[in-house]
Amino acid sequence: MISLTSPVETWAHGWRAGAKLGALCIATMGLFALDSVAGQGAAFAVMLALYAAPGAVFFRSGIVRLRILWPFLLVILLWHLVTATPAQGAVIALRLVTAVGLANLVTMTTRLSDMIGVVRWLAAPLRRIGIQTRALELGIALVIRFTPMLAAKGAALSRAWRARSPRRPGWRIVLPFTLIAIDDAEHVAEALKARGGV
Amino acid sequence: MERNIALIALFAALIAALGIIPAVMLPFGVPITAQSLGVMLCGTVLGARRGTLAVLLFMLLVCLGLPLLSGGKGGLGVIVGPTGGFFLAFPLAALVAGLITERWRAAPLALSAGVAAATGGVVLYIFGIIGMALVLDKTVAQATLLVTAFIPGDAIKAVIAGLATSALYRARPRAVLSRA
Repeated sequence: MISLTSPVETWAHGWRAGAKLGALCIATMGLFALDSVAGQGAAFAVMLALYAAPGAVFFRSGIVRLRILWPFLLVILLWHLVTATPAQGAVIALRLVTAVGLANLVTMTTRLSDMIGVVRWLAAPLRRIGIQTRALELGIALVIRFTPMLAAKGAALSRAWRARSPRRPGWRIVLPFTLIAIDDAEHVAEALKARGGV
Repeated sequence: MERNIALIALFAALIAALGIIPAVMLPFGVPITAQSLGVMLCGTVLGARRGTLAVLLFMLLVCLGLPLLSGGKGGLGVIVGPTGGFFLAFPLAALVAGLITERWRAAPLALSAGVAAATGGVVLYIFGIIGMALVLDKTVAQATLLVTAFIPGDAIKAVIAGLATSALYRARPRAVLSRA
């Protein structure tokens, strides 16, 4: 399973994941409290600089991920041009891009194993009061393992459909697809039990 | 215990896989991804408790940075983005859909699960619209206008969720935990 962590090693890859997440929370709250165009512009510039620091490859892959925001930016732009409130529109647009950009930055510079470490740390108090968190860790591993497998089986289903019909499969494969997931779950449950259970 | 973990994990994987499988296009060009259908199925098939857990597990992995949302999206940016409200309402939608399917046994399963999925969808839209209004700094009415194009698709998905749940109940009655 491919994660969204950037393969380009940056200085931030070495930082503690918990610290990065904490800083992200504070920065995001700050962005939503800030209402001036200059302030949002400065935050946006800082965000761009952070993306640019590790080099061109990192910068480009970061910007590609922000591209999904364009329909919303277009709506904001048109809206505030029509209502003649460009300053307000600029604040909203800059804040949106900066907030999503910073959050993506944490995701891009934190390995999956470090993130799972944070989950384990957050779950520690639960263990202390006697709640089993092994199920959670096992669940995470199972989803990571089975998502690509289920997706492959779904693709095979839709190919099988296309082999027999000129029309697209669409919603008709939802039922057999869910059946596959249920049957796989029963097999996995039996395999887990056979290996000594949870 | 093992069976619960396996079903919860496989349904979390199903939500992700439904986001990968190509979307159906509505006639006027609005894509429907099957991802929210996966969320509804978690509630109507697994029931309120396990369905919600499956959705929470899926969301946890998205937040950890796996590209499991439709179109390969993922990571923490999803929460603060314009559609973050929809994302954060996923578990609540599954919970509501599960509760209705579990409690309303008088009607045929296709009907009660369909109504359950539709109600879950309404919950999704309430939070999604509020989230969009906050992030884009618009009024709730204005944000509602932005998402109306997606409502027909989600209505269709609720019908599919109801029919699929009742067909699953015929095929694998033991696995439909909302009625077990």
